Amino acid sequence: MIYLTLAFEFFKIGLFSIGGGMATLPFLMDLTAKYDWYTASELANMIAISESTPGPVGINMATYAGYNAAGIPGAVVATLSLTAPALIIIIVIAKFLENFSENPTVKAVFYGIRPTVAALIGYAVWELLKIALVITGSETTQIAYTSVFIFLGAFLLLQVKRLKKLHPLVWIIAGAVIGILFKI
Amino acid sequence: MMNLQKCGELYISFFKIGGLTFGGGLAMLPMLQREVVTERGWCTEEEILDMYAIGQCTPGIIAVNTATYVGYRQAGFIGGVSATLGVVSPSVIIICLVASILQNFIHLPAVLHALAGIRIIVCALMMNTVVTMAKKGIIDKLGAVLFAGGFILACFTPIPTALIIVAAGIIGVIAKRIGGKKTS
Repeated sequence: MIYLTLAFEFFKIGLFSIGGGMATLPFLMDLTAKYDWYTASELANMIAISESTPGPVGINMATYAGYNAAGIPGAVVATLSLTAPALIIIIVIAKFLENFSENPTVKAVFYGIRPTVAALIGYAVWELLKIALVITGSETTQIAYTSVFIFLGAFLLLQVKRLKKLHPLVWIIAGAVIGILFKI
Repeated sequence: MMNLQKCGELYISFFKIGGLTFGGGLAMLPMLQREVVTERGWCTEEEILDMYAIGQCTPGIIAVNTATYVGYRQAGFIGGVSATLGVVSPSVIIICLVASILQNFIHLPAVLHALAGIRIIVCALMMNTVVTMAKKGIIDKLGAVLFAGGFILACFTPIPTALIIVAAGIIGVIAKRIGGKKTS
C-alpha cells in the first residue's frame, strides 16, 4: 500500500522538521535512497517549482513528492500527513500552554536544534551539488567546470544585499536561460 | 450553524493566504496581517507575532502552524482543521497542475538544459539559506560543534535524520543545565 507508506513517511517528516519548510529537505533527500518515488535530480526540479509557485514551500514540496509517488491521491495523502502532527501539537499548545516560546526548556531545545537543522539542510545541498556539478558518464565521472563556475558566480552574487532581496523566481528563470544558452 | 459559517470563512481566508504568497514562512506575514487582522479582525498584530514565534519552535510548516492556531482560536478543533485545509489547498491544486504539465515537456532538449541550469541555481539558493541559518543558529562554540557534527553524521553515516535532530535537542537542554548551574 503506497498510500500507507506515504502517510507514514510524511507524518514523520511533519513531526521532525522543525524551523520551516526547508527543514523538510534532508528528509525528502533521505526518501530518494529508500523509495523510487523520485530521484535526487528530480528533487532539485521539485525545489525550483515549489519556490516559484504560490504557497508555502514545505507544502509545495510535499505535494510534489506525493504526486511523483502516486499521482493526485498521493499528493493529497502526503500533504495531509505532513500537516497532521502540527495540527495536533499546535492545538495542544493553544489549549494548555501559555508562553510556550518563552519556556526555558523549549529555548534550550532550540538552542541545540537550530545549528543542527542548518547542518542537515547543508547535507541535502551537498547531495544536490554532487548531481548538479558532476557529469556521470557510463565509465568516467568528471567535474562539470562550467557548472561549478555558474554555481560559484550565483552564490557570490547572492551575497550582494540588493540581489539577495530578489524573488527566487527571478533567479530560477535566470538559471533556465543560462542552462539553455550554455547547453548544460 | 454559526460554527459552520465561521469554518467556511476560515477556509476561504486561508485559501487566499496560501494561494497569494510565494515562499511561505515570513513571506506570508503581510498577507496574513491584511486578511486576519485588518479584514476579519480575528486577532491583533501582537497575537500574529506571538503565533509566529510559536510556529518557529514547533514541528511543521510555519504557515500551517499559524493557520491551525488562528482557526482553533476562532472555532475550536474544526476551525483549526478548516484553516489548515484552506492554506494547503492552493498548493495541492497548483503543484498537481504544474507537475502534470511538466511531464509532457520533460523530454525536450531545451527543457532538459533549462532544468540543468535551474538545478545549479537551486544549489546556490539553498547554500545561501544554509549560510543564513547557520549565522543565526550558531551563537557559540557548542553551536559550531553541533553544526559540524550534524553535517558529518548526515553525510557519512546512516544515522536517521530524525535521530540527529532529537539528539541535538537533548544536547541543547543538557548544555543549558550545566551552563545554568555554573552561573548561579
